[in-house]
Amino acid sequence: MEYMLLFYETPEEVARGQDPKQAEGYYGAWMAYIGAMQAGGQFKSGAGLQGVSTATTVKVQGGRRQVQDGPFPDTREHLGGYVVLEAPTLDAALEWAARAPCAAAGGVEVRPVMQMPDHP
Amino acid sequence: MPAGWAEAERAAREAYGRLVAWLAWQWRDLGAAEDALAEAFVAALERWPRDGVPAAPESWLLTVAKRELLQRERRRRLEQSPAVLALFEAEPEAAAVASIPDRRLQLLCACAHPALAARDHAPLMLQAVLGLEAKTIARACLIAPATLAQRLVRAKAKIRDAGIPFETPEADELPGRIGAMLEALYGAYTVGSELASPAPEAEPALRDEALFLVRLIVQLQPDDAEALGLLALLLHAEARRPAQFDADGAFVPLTRQDTQRWQRAAMHEAEATLRRAAALQRPGPFQTEAAIQSAHNQRAFTGRTPWREIAALYALLVAQQGSVGARIGHAVARAEAGEAAAALAELEALPAASVASHQPYWVARAHLQRLAGQAEAAMASLQRAIGLTADERVRRFLSERHSGAE
Repeated sequence: MEYMLLFYETPEEVARGQDPKQAEGYYGAWMAYIGAMQAGGQFKSGAGLQGVSTATTVKVQGGRRQVQDGPFPDTREHLGGYVVLEAPTLDAALEWAARAPCAAAGGVEVRPVMQMPDHP
Repeated sequence: MPAGWAEAERAAREAYGRLVAWLAWQWRDLGAAEDALAEAFVAALERWPRDGVPAAPESWLLTVAKRELLQRERRRRLEQSPAVLALFEAEPEAAAVASIPDRRLQLLCACAHPALAARDHAPLMLQAVLGLEAKTIARACLIAPATLAQRLVRAKAKIRDAGIPFETPEADELPGRIGAMLEALYGAYTVGSELASPAPEAEPALRDEALFLVRLIVQLQPDDAEALGLLALLLHAEARRPAQFDADGAFVPLTRQDTQRWQRAAMHEAEATLRRAAALQRPGPFQTEAAIQSAHNQRAFTGRTPWREIAALYALLVAQQGSVGARIGHAVARAEAGEAAAALAELEALPAASVASHQPYWVARAHLQRLAGQAEAAMASLQRAIGLTADERVRRFLSERHSGAE
């Protein structure tokens, strides 16, 4: 089954990645994590997202487009990136989620990807 | 009753849980397994009276259920793991399966998975293994049946869609998962009633069913000390049920119960169970609670309640669990052991917010205030307790104490 892991980080955690003194450690941890997933053959796709200050939210209400500065949900932790991985059960996907560098400073949402039936 | 009907009923009662568990484990979909097995039972009730009961009734039921599952999948045209489909299609008709492996522990583990809301654990376990209808469980839990039915449907959909496994977790996680099961079943046993015996006009509780599942967990996982502890605790509660009310139906508190009415067989089984738990040397809160009940039961043999021993056990429970109930129990035991003033101070140190609407707190406080010579304050506390009491029979008992003391 395919699962998407959505990585949420606290502002402090994000700041670590932007601080020249801590950036190497921050990115090193992510590279190691993704590398392990790729080596194990579980990694399907993924990407880091640029900072939440670059986010824009679009809604259409009453036929009018509403564009707002900022991310969609107004939470303290922000979406920093995602991975789609292959895992046999939810527990296997949760194991990977727990290893994410942000798991202790934010959290990880785990959701199964919809399986589209093969059309004849 | 037509021939074959009784056979189907017997198979249902004894084997239902094992059949569902095996199907759900193979198909990875609890809801679909339950529906398919229900269809199989309908077919059995039609065919067996006519064709005779098959030599291996459980295999027959499984074969029909599996065929039903395959047909459902083909109708839905969803992608199913080719390995699973091949497995189902390859099996010969009505193959005689020597014995179906018991997957009920795996089924219970799925029902108590942390990815499912904790309040759904007990209803799922009761329905999955015992086949209880949502409305039966809902009535006992004082929820609207439609609400619970919907929650169960959603929970089973999550098991299927999120891939919650029908597996026992890794060794280091297993005690935690079993702990979740035990918490859920303890809640199911005690739900809706302050007492072990709900009022006659109340909905039937699920005590027997919860007790059955706790026994099952002990059987399937014999080295879990806390499961043994909970079983011992529930057996003690069961033992004392006949003494909770006197001949006129009036409530009798524990320390005044006629110990002759306590059921000896249940007490002996409780003691043996607790000894088994102790031998495993993995203490835990359920074992401590069972030990407290065991100490109370000594009154049947010695005529006295060992309050110092009970106070020490409650101190241990507070260390293990820190609940309000444990702290209240500790204070009461200390007061009975002769430290009324200190015990009252300990009780009154509990944060107001957590005890404001907690009936046992006010009962305990009234009792301790009386022991400490604060008669007026005791009356006020008792009045507060009466206002918070849900069970009519307990309310009557407390009111009589109130008016008797005035």
